[in-house]
Amino acid sequence: MMNNNEYPNIPAEKFVMVNKDHRISDQKFEDKPIGYFKDAWIRFRKNKGSIVAACIILAIVLFSLLAPLMIRDHSATFMDTYYAKKPSRVLALQKFGIAKGTTSRNFSEAGLFRDVAMGIGAEDHDGTGQVTVAEGMASYYQPIKYIGTRSEYTEIKGAKPKVVYSSCSVENYLEVGFLYRSVEQAEFRRILEWQEKTGLQALYPLVETNEWNLDPQDANYWFKSKKGTPVAINEKGKAETLSFADDVVLEDNYKRDADGKPIYYEYTGGGTHDTAQYKIRVLYYNYYRYLNGEEPRYLFGTDSQGYDLALRLAGGIRLSMLLAVAISAINLVLGAIYGAIEGYYGGAVDMILERISDILNDVPFIVVVTLFQIHLANKVGAVPSLLFAFVVTGWIGTAARTRTQFYRFKGQEYVLAARTLGARDRRIIWKHIFPNSLGTIITSSVLVIPGVISSESMLSYLGIVKLGDANTTSLGTLLSDAAGIWTNYPHLLLYPAIVLSLLMICFNLFGNGLRDAFNPSLRGVEE
Amino acid sequence: MTKYVLKRIVLMFFTFFVIVTMCFFLIRMLPRELPTDKNLQRVILARWEALGYFKPLIVQYGIYLRNVVTQWDFGTSWYIQFREPAWNVLTSRLLPTVLVNLYSFILSVPVGILLGIYAAIKKNKWQDQFISTTVMVFVSVPSYVYAFLVQYFLYFKLGWLPLTVYSLADAGGSWWTGKMFHSMIAPILALSFGQIAGLCRFTRAELTETLTSDYMLLARTKGLTRAQATARHALKNAMVPILPMIIGTFIGILGGSMIIEQIFAIPGVGQLYIKSINLFDYDIFMMDTVFYTFIGLLAGIVIDISYGFIDPRIRMGSKK
Repeated sequence: MMNNNEYPNIPAEKFVMVNKDHRISDQKFEDKPIGYFKDAWIRFRKNKGSIVAACIILAIVLFSLLAPLMIRDHSATFMDTYYAKKPSRVLALQKFGIAKGTTSRNFSEAGLFRDVAMGIGAEDHDGTGQVTVAEGMASYYQPIKYIGTRSEYTEIKGAKPKVVYSSCSVENYLEVGFLYRSVEQAEFRRILEWQEKTGLQALYPLVETNEWNLDPQDANYWFKSKKGTPVAINEKGKAETLSFADDVVLEDNYKRDADGKPIYYEYTGGGTHDTAQYKIRVLYYNYYRYLNGEEPRYLFGTDSQGYDLALRLAGGIRLSMLLAVAISAINLVLGAIYGAIEGYYGGAVDMILERISDILNDVPFIVVVTLFQIHLANKVGAVPSLLFAFVVTGWIGTAARTRTQFYRFKGQEYVLAARTLGARDRRIIWKHIFPNSLGTIITSSVLVIPGVISSESMLSYLGIVKLGDANTTSLGTLLSDAAGIWTNYPHLLLYPAIVLSLLMICFNLFGNGLRDAFNPSLRGVEE
Repeated sequence: MTKYVLKRIVLMFFTFFVIVTMCFFLIRMLPRELPTDKNLQRVILARWEALGYFKPLIVQYGIYLRNVVTQWDFGTSWYIQFREPAWNVLTSRLLPTVLVNLYSFILSVPVGILLGIYAAIKKNKWQDQFISTTVMVFVSVPSYVYAFLVQYFLYFKLGWLPLTVYSLADAGGSWWTGKMFHSMIAPILALSFGQIAGLCRFTRAELTETLTSDYMLLARTKGLTRAQATARHALKNAMVPILPMIIGTFIGILGGSMIIEQIFAIPGVGQLYIKSINLFDYDIFMMDTVFYTFIGLLAGIVIDISYGFIDPRIRMGSKK
């Protein structure tokens, strides 16, 4: 320590002013100041998982918005019952070996013949009866794309062995094959014109109803068969069973006129000669082309009723997201106001309001939803009443969080300062305290979104909320649509489940990223 | 402490009473459906008349309360089990629900906690990152997606498990047979994935926090090994919030999972709820509502009180 008395007398002139010409004042910041939100953004950016999650959410939302614009073949309300439950089929992707619309299945011999015959029949539209199996297999309309291993097995010892072709690849759209339709005569002429113009064949000869026709309702048994196994009639009029081979020619069973020409239409009765409807037999694949101008193309296949699954899915995502965002926004506003009043005033107000929200919070959510659905769904519709149900109890979480934040901030000096300066309650609440708690509140309302999406899908899966009709659908409705039949048609379940899971995972990641970004003390504690 | 517990219980019954009253009026306001069978219609109408279902709502409410208090009569099932008391209908479905959930609870609690501990000890190493990422996925994916996955792989592809839970008759007339357990494995698994993930995440979060506390440093300085310090100090403290959560889950077992019961055809409480709505059996709906409300309240109160018992440092009911 220096002795103060060491230099007792220093003359005044010895003192020199430091920085005499230089004013000392605050230097301008060279950097821009980093505010609360900027800081959060910087921290959020470092969290790669959250960024990826945000991108995936964006992609899913974009898909839901753009799908109706991209898929031009048909609208979301377009439905084709014959092409229901079909897997995805995209012509452009077929050469890469995906989205071919094929599935793998085992066939009995008769079953295989039925399908193979579709291709053969499609080639033989003039009824010449000259098309071999090999030519039929090469046909564009051949549903059987690959014939798997042939094996014989017996269920019971000593019984005649069954022939089984396992793991055949079959094109599901072509497998619809031939159908009988009833059309107006004008329509019939239009089909003829269309055939002329495009060179495609939609009309095929009608089939005779006789002992060789297994099922007169099924337009696919155009060949002579006995219990579905094709036969050839020899000179003596006896039937010989044909077995599967490349050079086999199936014997047709077409209706023919006196000259032996196949008949393409017949009157179905009703009306006069000119107005009666025609019964025709069409190759549905080409008939679909005639009706819709396009080959069937479905990105994710079709749902159980025959809607385009991709468009239904897009609609479901839109509905779920819209609902979730609306609910989250409403809850944010309601909860913030309620929580702010509670937290700011405290005391008796707080206690009464707390009791009210406690009671509301303890009503089981499922009961709330059910009651709203039963009471209101007929009056205002299923979606608004679901929205109400979510709103009735949903804001409580936000309110509780806001309340805690207010308790935390309201005793701090800057609030006291504001009050001393004469700021009114409303100003202190919204201008001084609320912005500080905004981060937490926003985070919690983002985390509401996945909760709403999953609750909504659960409720519509259970059938408590009925959202499925021609125009609206939700992810849960699509899932419940698939329930029971999805083991045979996995794509019905696969796409909605993937989208739903992705949404849930990404929103949770995104929300957690936000939470960490807004709350530095949480860093490193949790993912 | 006793005072606080008593206060909570009184408050709980007050809340319970308010909710039940609200729900009663909302449910009794609903138009009742009659069966198409004319004779049955007459029988049911006469019964309803006798039970006072056509009196003003407030009178009905009085009758309802009187019946509950004096005879423990919560109404009657009209469609699900004709003229069976609602209480019996509910309690007869309790066992399957509880069994499935209990099995899943027994499976998921140890696995979840152990995984969480492991992840916390290996914090920021690849094991932790692997577990945390997997947990993140498993927490987010809804339980019915697991149900489908379990059904697809274990029933459809491998054929190890049946598609749904056997009915009582198929499994030999008891819920406790091995065959019944075998058929319950699928829903147990479907339920457990989410629970394991949730518990694992929670344990990891709590344990990482206690592992970095000052008393851990002290424990290590005293000469305890890492394992000793973790087991005796960190784990013990981390358990303070974990145990109440487990207790809450345990009570939640009674409520069960509606969607899992629906998918696996478990004849439990959740399925009863769905049935009661679809069949317009409103007395059962009311019974179910009372039941769910009570379970929810009970879980909440037990969780709060258990904090005080587990960690005496936490003074319940004291002013902040």
